[in-house]
Amino acid sequence: MTAKLTLGPIIFHWDAAVKRDFYARIADESAIDTVYLGEVICSKRTPYFDKHIPDVIERLERGGKRVVLSSLCEVVLPRERRMISELCQSESHAVEVNNVAGLIDAAGHPHRIGPLMNVYNEETLRILASDGATHFTLPTELPRYVVAYLASAAAAIDVAVEVQIFGRASLAVSARCYHARAHGRTKDNCQFVCESDPDGMVLKTIDGRDFLAINGIQTLSHSYVNLCGEIDDLIAMGVGHLRLMPHSADMIAIAAIFADHIAGRVDVPETRARLDDLAIPAPFSNGFWHGVAGHQLHLG
Amino acid sequence: MNRPELICPAGTPAALRTAVDAGADAVYCGFQNATNARNFPGLNFTPDELAASIDYAHRAGAKVLLALNTFSPAGKFALWADAVAIGARLGVDAFIVADIGVADHIARNYPGCRLHLSVQAAASSPEAIRYYCERFGVKRVVLPRILTIPEIRTLAAEIPCEIETFVFGNHGLMVEGRCSLTHYATALSTNMDGVCSPAGDVHYDKAADGCVATRLGGFTIDRFSPCEQAGYPTICKGRYRAPVRDKPYYAFEEPVSINLLAMVPQLIEAGIAAFKIEGRQRSRAYVRTVVTTFRAAIDAACAGEVADLPDLTALTEGQKQTKGAFETKKWR
Repeated sequence: MTAKLTLGPIIFHWDAAVKRDFYARIADESAIDTVYLGEVICSKRTPYFDKHIPDVIERLERGGKRVVLSSLCEVVLPRERRMISELCQSESHAVEVNNVAGLIDAAGHPHRIGPLMNVYNEETLRILASDGATHFTLPTELPRYVVAYLASAAAAIDVAVEVQIFGRASLAVSARCYHARAHGRTKDNCQFVCESDPDGMVLKTIDGRDFLAINGIQTLSHSYVNLCGEIDDLIAMGVGHLRLMPHSADMIAIAAIFADHIAGRVDVPETRARLDDLAIPAPFSNGFWHGVAGHQLHLG
Repeated sequence: MNRPELICPAGTPAALRTAVDAGADAVYCGFQNATNARNFPGLNFTPDELAASIDYAHRAGAKVLLALNTFSPAGKFALWADAVAIGARLGVDAFIVADIGVADHIARNYPGCRLHLSVQAAASSPEAIRYYCERFGVKRVVLPRILTIPEIRTLAAEIPCEIETFVFGNHGLMVEGRCSLTHYATALSTNMDGVCSPAGDVHYDKAADGCVATRLGGFTIDRFSPCEQAGYPTICKGRYRAPVRDKPYYAFEEPVSINLLAMVPQLIEAGIAAFKIEGRQRSRAYVRTVVTTFRAAIDAACAGEVADLPDLTALTEGQKQTKGAFETKKWR
C-alpha cells in the first residue's frame, strides 16, 4: 500500500500574484497528486482571486494534478450561501464541502467532505457516503485510534480517507474576525489586514510563550503538525491521501521530502532532519495523533 | 403573538427542581459522561436521577430535554447509543443532538422521538438547518449566537422548524462544535469528551507581587493584578500578546455574558419559539434568579405589559454583559 500527497487550500490571504506563482510551481515542480483550490476562510477575500481560478486550474491540470474545489467553512451571509450552493451544484470539478450548508446541493453526485466538517465516527461517515461523499479529510484533532476505525469503515464501503500531515492545525473558526479585532476594526471594515501575515499572526501568552496563530476568523496552532513519523502507520491503516497545508515555507521542498519518505527512499530520522533543516519558525507537533495535548511532539 | 418556551439549565436534580419551580417550560440536562457538552465533575444525572426528575417535571407540566450534544468518536458510539436508549425508555421529551451519526441513530431507531439540533451543530444558514430537518426530522434548531434579530426574522421564514436562541449566560466566541482549543492545550477534546477548560488542567499561580496567573495545560491564559478578581482560564476569554498590539489584549473576547432581557419583546416578535438560558454548571441561586426574571419578562411581553427589568449583572461572567451579535453586525 502507498499514499498520495495532496495540497490543501491556501487558507491565508496571499496576494493573487503570489498565489498564481505558487500554483505554477506546484504544477510544474511538485510531487503533489491532488490540489485543493478555493477560499475556505473568508468570503470577502474571494474577489481577489476568483478571476484567476480558471487559469490556475488549467495550469495545474496541464501539470498532471487533480484539482478539487474547496468550499467556504463558515456560511452565514446571502453571498456566502450563494457561493457554496453554486459550488456544490457544479459538476465540472470534484468539490470539497466544508460546511453542512453544501450537503443538500452536493447530494446525489460524488463529492468530498473537508476537515472542517465533523466526521468523528463511522455512522456519520456512512450517512454522508450514502448521500454521495466519496472522500473524507478527517478533522485534525482525531487521535490514532479514531482514524484507524474510520479508515477501516471507509475501506468497507470503498470511500477514501485523507489526513493532514503537515502545517498549522485549524483549531477553531468564528463569526468574528480576530485579525480585524487585533487592528481595532470589525469584519465589515477590516481593510484586509490579514494580508500582512502569510502564515497567520502569532499570539503569544502574556509571559511570551508562542501559543496560537490568527488567520481572519480562524484560529490555528502556533506549532506545525508534522506526522512524518506516523506515515507508515497511516498508510498501513488504509489512509491513502496525506495532506500538506500551504505555508510560506518552501512547499516544493517539503513535498519532495515527504514524497521521498513515502516512496521508501528516506527513513524517518532523515526525513525529520530534512524538515528541521528548513528552519520553519515554529516547532512541530503531533500530539493530537498520540492522544495527548495537540501542541506536544512525541518522537519514536 | 406566539408564546415562547423558557428552556432552563439543570446541572443537578436539585437545579432541575429549582428551575421547574421557578417557571421553566422545559429543562435540559445530560448524563455523567462524555455524551454531553458539560461533562464536568459533580454535574449531571444518573439514569435513576433522570427518571425521578422527569417524573417531577412532568407533574409540573414541564418538559425534559436530554443533551446528547457531543461528537462520538469512532469506536465509542455505543456510549451515545446507550444514552439514547435510556433517554427514550425514561420518556424524555426531546434529544438535543449535534452529531450526524447520533441524529441518524435516533431518527432510524426511535422514530417517535423528537429531535432538537444543538448549537454545537453550528447550523448558521437555512440550507444547513434544512439538511438536518430533511435528513433526520429535526423539529427545532438552537441557533448559534452570531445573528442579528433582523437576520433571525428572515431565517425563520426560510426553515421548516422552530428556532431556539440563547438569551442569557456565558458564551464561547468560536463556532460551537468546531473548537479544538482546549484539546490543543490539554489531552481532552471539547467535541469528544464534552469539556472546555477541564478543571484538572487549570492552575492559579500567585507571584510574589500578588499577581495571579491563570493557566490551562501550562499555557498562561491571563494574569490579574492583586486588585482584580482572577477569572477561570478559558482560552477564548484570555489576554495575549500580538505583534500589532503594545499590551496584552483580549484577542477573542472579554469575559462577558450575553443578556437579552431587554430584547424579549423583539425576540418574540421575530418568531423565536424558545428562549434558552445557559448555565448547567451554575448554582441553584443563579438558576432561580435568572429563570424567575425571564419568566416574568416573557409573561409581561405576552400580556402586552412593560416588564420591570432587574439587574442581572452580578450573575454574569466577569460582571459584564452584552447583547452580542443580536444587536449589531459590528460584533463580527
